Amino acid sequence: MLTAHKLESFDADKALEETHLEAQIIPIAEPAAAPPLAQPLARPPAVVKRRARGIAPRTLLTWLLSALSLTILITAWHFAVKYKLDFYIRFNNIPSPEAVFDDATSLFGNARFQRHVGLSLRRILAGFSVAAVLAIPIGLLLGRNRVARELIFPALEILRPIPAIAWVPMSIMLWPSNEVSIVFITFLGSFFPILLNTIQGVQSLDKVLVRAARSLGASRVALFWHVVLPGSLPHVFTGLTIGMGVAWVSLIAAEMISGQFGIGYFTWEAYSLVRYSEIVLGMIVIGVLGLVCSGVIRLVGGWLMPWAARQNQELS
Amino acid sequence: MELATPHAPADASAQASRGWIRVENLSVRFTSRHEEVLAVDDASIEVKPGEFVTIIGPSGCGKSTLLNVVAGFIKGNDGCVTVDGVPVDGPSIQRGVVFQQYSLFPWLSVRQNVEFGLKMKGMRRFARESSARTLLGLAGLLAFENHYPDQLSGGMKQRVGIVRALATSPQVLLMDEPFGALDAQTRVVMQEILTNMWQRFRLSVLFITHDIDEAIFLSDRIYVMTARPGRIKAEIKVDLPRPRTAEMTSSPAFATLVQQLRQLIREESLAAMGTELHDGALGGFATEVGPGGVCNIVNG
Repeated sequence: MLTAHKLESFDADKALEETHLEAQIIPIAEPAAAPPLAQPLARPPAVVKRRARGIAPRTLLTWLLSALSLTILITAWHFAVKYKLDFYIRFNNIPSPEAVFDDATSLFGNARFQRHVGLSLRRILAGFSVAAVLAIPIGLLLGRNRVARELIFPALEILRPIPAIAWVPMSIMLWPSNEVSIVFITFLGSFFPILLNTIQGVQSLDKVLVRAARSLGASRVALFWHVVLPGSLPHVFTGLTIGMGVAWVSLIAAEMISGQFGIGYFTWEAYSLVRYSEIVLGMIVIGVLGLVCSGVIRLVGGWLMPWAARQNQELS
Repeated sequence: MELATPHAPADASAQASRGWIRVENLSVRFTSRHEEVLAVDDASIEVKPGEFVTIIGPSGCGKSTLLNVVAGFIKGNDGCVTVDGVPVDGPSIQRGVVFQQYSLFPWLSVRQNVEFGLKMKGMRRFARESSARTLLGLAGLLAFENHYPDQLSGGMKQRVGIVRALATSPQVLLMDEPFGALDAQTRVVMQEILTNMWQRFRLSVLFITHDIDEAIFLSDRIYVMTARPGRIKAEIKVDLPRPRTAEMTSSPAFATLVQQLRQLIREESLAAMGTELHDGALGGFATEVGPGGVCNIVNG
């Protein structure tokens, strides 16, 4: 009796399980039976939802971590100066963050300081713009045209490994004024990264895209404007970003060596005049200006290449 | 009625001259650094107006090379390729091409991709947009017109690829293993979509594949190519009624065709893998032969 009851209940359970299974199967089978064309339509809202939900807490965390990172750096600096840390590297003469901050508040309103910054920015803008305007078209040409590449590239290959700073004496002899020679150094620094990346962008363009465009009736000119140019744009912007970094490196070095004005000269002058907090200030300003400049390039890149910006967003 | 007799469109005189591909005694040689490779050897094929013709063969047999010659991307060394009696000389808007790697322009939205050919033609923006929208609607992609290709699945990308090739109303559609990168389920759906499109636009299709079922399901006729050098080994007529349905794939007539093609292709695949690989090796290690297995046997 007991066993019979047990068996019965067991059977009932099993039956329940079976019906449960069936009930589970039906909703799974339903969407599969739906027309396949309707399925993709359901996708974009899902994607949007995921993005909206995913990004907010993550950016908050990113911001918090960034703030923490900076705080640690400044705190470490503060204590290293306070206790005059001396273990091979010496913090004896290094100004404290507070001293630098005090100096900054008075100096930022100073017209002389503003002139230093303004001149450096002008030199960067001039050197970098000329480099971009020359390097991008030359790069596109060299990437597309084999004869041009084989004619021009060897000469460039010999000049390329020479660091821009090594050009300083030559540059002073070449150009009529100090100002132009500094701009020339800045130009040299950014020219090669932009050029090489542009060439690479053109050459790494998928050949199937060129075939596709030609079978869709693109003429040679149209091919260049509508396929080669947009197709190599991501590489061009990589080159511009690297070029901007090297431009700053070259500018600061050139200003320290031969300048009379500019943020690089300001930093070097502060060392000669034993204004230690101004050294740090100069360094920070150089860092911030470099950051702003590459930020501007990234902004322009994102604006010109919305498709790539989307990719990056999904990657990060 | 015209759908029921796709094999003999020559009867329909109105479209007799549209999309007629003839390849006669085509040979294509590639010169690499050390040697000359004969990719296509004396191949002759024909695609009649409105016909769906597939070339099937082992990988590396030169079937894509043949298609690239018809597309005008490369030139043959001997022989003659004409479309509607005009010799092929470079790519043309008359011959739409669909590639295996989708080849959508990543910097253009889905709709701009479809509009590309119309833009090259000089069509005005408004006309272009509405024409692209109509086609995208047919392919069920209208909701994605402003998406970028990277945001789409493989099947959707290839639908855009097909629609883009159709936008300029070519007479001929050349498809180079267009569904090769898709999973089996998506493939089947894509084949049905393609069949629908083909019947709606009534164009000639030259289709490349190495998938036997796909070839039979889609085609009016199938050419079997030999391993390199690629020759045309056989021509098979597919006398299955249209419209084709998924159920037909389990019919006896379909099975017979599969069997027939499988036999033809097996010989060629074995030949393509090299002379060292004998039937005995395959028999003895029937379950072991993967990429590594074959290497071991060949080396041993």
